Amino acid sequence: MNLPQAKSEKGAAAVLRIKNITKIFGGLTALEDVSFEVKDGSITGVIGPNGAGKTTLFNIVTGLYSQTSGDVYLGDKNISFFAPETLAGMGIVRTFQNVELFSEMTVLENVMVGLHTKSKSGIISCAFKLPSQIKEEKYIKEKAMHWLEFTGLADHADIEAANLPFGKGRILEISRALAVEPQVILMDEPAAGLNSLETSQLAMLIKRIRQSGITIVLVEHDMELVMNVCDSIVVLNLGKKLAEGTPREIQENQEVIAAYLGEG
Amino acid sequence: MTKEKREIIIFSIFTLAVLIIPFFLRGSYYLNVLVFIGINTLLAVALNLLLGYAGQISLGHAAFFGLGAYISGVLTTRFGLDPWLVLVIAAAASGSLAFIIGFPILKLKGHYLAMATLGLGIIMYIIFNETVAVTGGPSGLSGIPNMHLGALIFDNDMNNYYLIWIITLIVMLLSINLSQSRIGRALRAIHNSEVAARVMGVNARILKVQIFTVSALISAVAGSLYAHTMTFISPASFGFNFSVELVTMVIIGGLGSIYGSFLGAAILTVLPEFLRVLQDFDIIVYGLLLIIMTMYLPGGLINGLQKIVEFAAGKVGKRGGSGA
Repeated sequence: MNLPQAKSEKGAAAVLRIKNITKIFGGLTALEDVSFEVKDGSITGVIGPNGAGKTTLFNIVTGLYSQTSGDVYLGDKNISFFAPETLAGMGIVRTFQNVELFSEMTVLENVMVGLHTKSKSGIISCAFKLPSQIKEEKYIKEKAMHWLEFTGLADHADIEAANLPFGKGRILEISRALAVEPQVILMDEPAAGLNSLETSQLAMLIKRIRQSGITIVLVEHDMELVMNVCDSIVVLNLGKKLAEGTPREIQENQEVIAAYLGEG
Repeated sequence: MTKEKREIIIFSIFTLAVLIIPFFLRGSYYLNVLVFIGINTLLAVALNLLLGYAGQISLGHAAFFGLGAYISGVLTTRFGLDPWLVLVIAAAASGSLAFIIGFPILKLKGHYLAMATLGLGIIMYIIFNETVAVTGGPSGLSGIPNMHLGALIFDNDMNNYYLIWIITLIVMLLSINLSQSRIGRALRAIHNSEVAARVMGVNARILKVQIFTVSALISAVAGSLYAHTMTFISPASFGFNFSVELVTMVIIGGLGSIYGSFLGAAILTVLPEFLRVLQDFDIIVYGLLLIIMTMYLPGGLINGLQKIVEFAAGKVGKRGGSGA
């Protein structure tokens, strides 16, 4: 029924398309008929007051929740109800609002887990250290170090993740997600709990990630960061899409202002 | 020194120690104890892969141990099959059982998984007891032949010691390799945060079943070796108490440490010898030990040992600056 909309108005292809997503928890409608597109190579912000359904949307796109109705497309492929591990292999990865690190593993090992889909040695070849596995292990380690250098965490490679300061933990989560070499990264409040210096460093990192060709979708409460880095913004309120546009358009949108200030 | 080189050195020293120890022992009593430590190490390593690395509890691992022992016992005594062939059959059968029940059972988490595996252990125990025509029931199964290698028959403690410890060393080495690979990292990732592991592309469901299968397979090998060493088996060795003892070994030794499993197995094998005076109250000592360990040394004895070594190396290193 839906023709693949490969091109949108500016000519950039839509890499991720959210089509009429509805999610009902028991009697609560968390998301209602939400649709929008994320253009390839863009930074798209998803904002809205608490309880707007932003994290629920992320959980649906990354396969952690199943939507009640609607579809998610990656390019032209319908990826609705795909498992998170399958989506990682296809190039969709995320970070978490409450940093989900592998806390008992080192920083380097965390990123090495991110290369799981880029390697394939099984239990037998790992147990017997077959030549192919040794080669692959070397590749995993080099690649992981590459990502740590990219994000500036290389000096902390051998530290246990649990001992990392909070701000660095957030960066580690991003490094780990980058190691998956995704098409799209969904970041759930990456600036939460960061100080202003860390937030501005994060903004620069996000821009550098985009420059390397990765599309970013961002749930964030820090409006300065959102307005600074995003090309396009989707506003959710009480599970519905309230507005969509450039940062400037959103800032001037009366409905958005009302939703945020709680006017009726 | 790189981590990898250090691992090789530690394993070499450990192997050397295991190989030469019999020459310093007099009398077969100690050798016999060491044989049991070997079997228990095998079991503790198997359970550690599941519990220490993947973070999945099993309170029924004695079932796989018993299954290995009984398959070996029954097939050799009743059908006259070769002990080595039977060991392979036992491992394959136990692994297959784990693979089949792993899919439904490992969907459960925490207490529910503990209950399900507990149930498995009890079911197997009842089967060992009640199928008298096959297993001999509560009075046990005797006359199980010893292992052999050509003309060499493993019918004395010295031979058994080398048979069991060489297999144990191989399994330890393979487990160490596994733990340091992408599979080992994926298992630890599942342990730390299953949801994050999945988002990173780790198929947690399949991997948990795989490691459960490997764990059951190793346990069955231990069971088979036990049967051929003892030449007599009875259900009492494969009950709930032993499953708990295995969990205790892994926790006391150190979750997620292969050498820790050896340490835990060694202590829990030797301890009963000292606790004989307490008779049935020895279980209280185990309980206390578990409580003390989880409260004061959650990383297990191996972790305590590492801290002592690091502390000592730190003192020495003030001058030399060794890597510890």
